[in-house]
Amino acid sequence: MTDPVKPAPDLGASGADVLIDLRGVHFTIGGRTIFDSLDLTVRRGRITGIMGPSGTGKTTLLRLITAQVPADSGQVLVWGRDLATLNSREVFALRKRMGMLFQNGALLTDMDVFENVAFPLREHTDLPEPLLRTLVLTKLQAVGLRGAADLMPAELSGGMARRVALARAIVMDPELLIYDEPFVGLDPISRGMIVRLIRQMNEALGITSVVVSHDVPELVAIAHDNYLLSGGGVVAQGTSEELRASSVDVVRQFIDGSAEGPVPFHYPAPDYEQQLLAVEDP
Amino acid sequence: MSATTADALVVRYLRKLGAVAVFLCRLLAQCAPAFARPRLIVNQVYNAGGRSLVIIMLSGLFVGMVLALQGFDLLQRFGSEDALGTAAALALLKELGPVITALLFAGRAGTSLTSEIGLMRATDQLTAMEMMAVDPLRYVAAPRFIGGVIAMPLLAAVFNIIGLFGAQLVGVQLLRVDRGSFWSQMQSAVALKDVVEGIVKSLVFGFACSLIAVFEGYHAEPTAAGVGLATTRTVVASSVLILLLDYVLTACFL
Repeated sequence: MTDPVKPAPDLGASGADVLIDLRGVHFTIGGRTIFDSLDLTVRRGRITGIMGPSGTGKTTLLRLITAQVPADSGQVLVWGRDLATLNSREVFALRKRMGMLFQNGALLTDMDVFENVAFPLREHTDLPEPLLRTLVLTKLQAVGLRGAADLMPAELSGGMARRVALARAIVMDPELLIYDEPFVGLDPISRGMIVRLIRQMNEALGITSVVVSHDVPELVAIAHDNYLLSGGGVVAQGTSEELRASSVDVVRQFIDGSAEGPVPFHYPAPDYEQQLLAVEDP
Repeated sequence: MSATTADALVVRYLRKLGAVAVFLCRLLAQCAPAFARPRLIVNQVYNAGGRSLVIIMLSGLFVGMVLALQGFDLLQRFGSEDALGTAAALALLKELGPVITALLFAGRAGTSLTSEIGLMRATDQLTAMEMMAVDPLRYVAAPRFIGGVIAMPLLAAVFNIIGLFGAQLVGVQLLRVDRGSFWSQMQSAVALKDVVEGIVKSLVFGFACSLIAVFEGYHAEPTAAGVGLATTRTVVASSVLILLLDYVLTACFL
């Protein structure tokens, strides 16, 4: 089942082309192995989709590449720098070049929408107020929420909060944008808008994007490169066309969304019939 | 309890103590940069102090009134009810003011600090700050800690003033202690040292309560149950620590 669609090493990427490079990464939480020798590359200027069933460590992967948690072994290279060798000042310097969109938005609840988007600018730049205002309003306009600038986060719907968070993530003009489940729980209009924004940001500004999601149709529609994670490693990788055309079981199961296949739908349990009979028979 | 579980308990407490000490060092390192944003600190002084004013004033009034009743009853037995002012002032300034204010502060402001920071953790706000290359210790924890340390002596002062007013109300207006001797004896008997003792105590309590509240919030498990537990731990640990420190400080000042 671990047959990759293409051979594992890389997607024809040269060294300078690679923005994120994970080499043989092991990671365990509380004795449970999340990643076992994971290899993964993200190329500059492309949208990389990372999918996989719930609990395969997609969010953990994001925490690894943003240096929130260290790998147990193996290397995590971002912009060619091994995260394990960086001190916190250097990590912060790297993070200033990234933007991250959290699943629930993670807006700061004690300030309004405008101040939330302005927050990174106020912290890291010395821009004069009029310029700062212009920048923030431009980003809010891009996500269609210029009119909501005075609202507090508690007054926003889930979809609106995520759009504000997106405006905040791009306000510092990052080179790398990381999206954690950007499509979950959105209405079709917001969903389509986020899809368009991810694509626009990549095409117009050349931003490298990493999108973690299990919304396969959306992801396959925008991603240039895809990785399918399962059981602690990459089980398939390739362009969207390659994945769609793939005949590998695990890829088919995931793309078709069926309960039967190599990825078990059922959590391990005793025999169904036996257990039901035991209930009736005290 | 078997020896091994007792050992494990000791190890757990020592480990926690170490964690608090490390956290304190990191927090103190971020306090100086936090002063660059005085607005945040002022907001937190208001949050911790201003919002606790009503409960502090009400409690101060009743404590002062009870103090006058009990003190009058006691002093009358020795025929020295004129010393009521002195007794009330010393009890409030040196002991009741700082201690009761700190206990109320732990219940009112400490819990709100813990749950606020814990919820910020649970909703990824702290992680989001880290991802924006902003240290949440500097932006969230340090201003709240400093705000608490500043607010506590001010609250204790308010508590003392209202307490004395309450004592005067019952002692002079109700029990007919001589107004002149109530105030003049207080004035001559209370030394600056007594006032300093109260201020030092309330500063130490403010430091301890704010540290515990911020620590527990910052390390709360990011779930509803985890934040609830952290809030409870804040009240329990603060209360016990206040009374323990009170004994130590009182012994030091004797």
